[in-house]
Amino acid sequence: MARLLSLLGTRTQLRRDVLGYMFIAPWLIGFIIFTAGPMVGLVYLAFTRYPVLSPPTFNGLDNLDRMLGDRFFRISLWNTAYFTFLGVPAQVVWALLLALLLNMRVHGVNVFRTLYYLPTIIPGVASVFLWMYIFNPDYGLANYILSLFGIPGQAWLWDPELSKPSLIIMELWRVGTMMVVFLAGLQGVPQSLYDAAAIDGAGLFAQFRHVTVPMITPLIFFNLVVGIISSFQIFTAAYIATQGGPVHTTLFYVLFVYRHAFENLRMGYASLLAWVLFFIILVFTIVQFRMARIWVFYEVE
Amino acid sequence: MGVLRSGIRPFSSVLASNTVRYALLIFGGVICFIPLGWMLSTSLKMPGTEFIFPPNLIPRPVVWSNYIDAVTRPGHPFFLYTRNSVVITLSATLGTVLTSSFVAFGFARIRFRGRDFWFIVLLSTLMLPDVVRLIPSFILFKLLGWIDTLLPLIVPFWFGVNAFYVFLIRQYFRTIPLELDEAALMDGAAYVRIYWQVILPISGPVLGAVTIFSVLSHWNDFLGPLIYTNSVDLRTLALGLRFFMSRTGTDWNQLMAASILMLAPILALFFSMQRYFIRGIHMTGFGGR
Repeated sequence: MARLLSLLGTRTQLRRDVLGYMFIAPWLIGFIIFTAGPMVGLVYLAFTRYPVLSPPTFNGLDNLDRMLGDRFFRISLWNTAYFTFLGVPAQVVWALLLALLLNMRVHGVNVFRTLYYLPTIIPGVASVFLWMYIFNPDYGLANYILSLFGIPGQAWLWDPELSKPSLIIMELWRVGTMMVVFLAGLQGVPQSLYDAAAIDGAGLFAQFRHVTVPMITPLIFFNLVVGIISSFQIFTAAYIATQGGPVHTTLFYVLFVYRHAFENLRMGYASLLAWVLFFIILVFTIVQFRMARIWVFYEVE
Repeated sequence: MGVLRSGIRPFSSVLASNTVRYALLIFGGVICFIPLGWMLSTSLKMPGTEFIFPPNLIPRPVVWSNYIDAVTRPGHPFFLYTRNSVVITLSATLGTVLTSSFVAFGFARIRFRGRDFWFIVLLSTLMLPDVVRLIPSFILFKLLGWIDTLLPLIVPFWFGVNAFYVFLIRQYFRTIPLELDEAALMDGAAYVRIYWQVILPISGPVLGAVTIFSVLSHWNDFLGPLIYTNSVDLRTLALGLRFFMSRTGTDWNQLMAASILMLAPILALFFSMQRYFIRGIHMTGFGGR
């Protein structure tokens, strides 16, 4: 009887196994075909010369050699780092400011929430064109606004000094996602903490520094990690608006990879470059999680 | 909805008057709205007047012809672009919602061996940058003969490639009591029925959020169509916008009009499903990128 039961037990488990794999089959098949397989292929391709039109030929470490001596590899890394490490903190600060505004208790604040979020749902391409027009050196809105303050017009995207800052401004306009994350966090800060701080004589900024900021560090961390990962992958703006120029100042990493893969048809080299980006993102994410232990404050339930 | 619960009451000593609060809110609103307003204003200006400096903020006179010119440009079939975008967005989103929820059901509600392992594998794919997937996928689709068809933009989404949605739906499914489907020993067909008739109908919020995110990402996608399609007949709206720009000059009025036409359905969706949208972002911290 006992043996029969255990056999039945195994059968139940076996049945669950079959069912379970039946349900996850679509993903599992897709994972093997569209993710795992290609990834393995990418490792191999990184060691080949593959001009697409003819099959790949193994060339050992030639691609690595080429990369280390490639001036544009370094330029694109620098541009991407500049854009990310200046842009993402600016986005986080701006998103937090907007969220603080939206957290005020006034009638009709929901209308403002919609308004502040609106730019974020605009298609990336449309947004890029809009900002190209706004930044136009001859008749753009940006120079008009500067002229109201008596500041001479700038060439913005077409000025090597200003091209990256211009793109950073462009991205600042679309921080809605970060903003909503902050807003959710701000609403979760218990009122009692503010009351206690107020009794201790803390003013507006002291409350912000000693209550709000510590309470939302997990969200600052989250926004930083997600922001940095997506910022490393900036492509559309540089591809459409500046085509990497002027003088390579907006040649960002993914644009650099794209050009090798799909314009120069150097798939082998591009594969290596793609792997390098993957490792850079991996390392940065791990480092951030390590650093988080020092400054991120998680509430203990 | 307790959104206004905490507010910043203690700050009120400084930001005492509602006037100050509204002033601040409106100031932020103006900054957010100026570029959008500029887009709208430009789309309504008489062709030629968009190059005037200093610019007219309000179009005088207001003309609608840019919209007509934008959709009837010779050589650039706007309605065909729209049809392609609609086909891709709808088929990919349908695939995403169906497969992600089906797979999520397996991960959330059936205790099979290897489940945790595969779930960690699924989560780890979230870290892969798109560009890493792009090159080998391109080669794969080339081998399959799918380049310059819409298939690469649709088929993968019927195989749950966006692990994030699977994760999101799985989290939601786990909050539904298990008794519903573990009451009796059932066969596969019964499980499928539970998934379809019991679980899906009560999962509106999470499916709504996934639908919106998916529609936004496919409608706005630029890199995918750029890489996988070549022919004019297969161009999407996102790609088509590019052709208002040329070496000889840009028809800014028409470009802005076309942008607004492209934005309109998304805006309608956003307003009609705002509830799911904001909740979805709260659940995830991700959104219309």
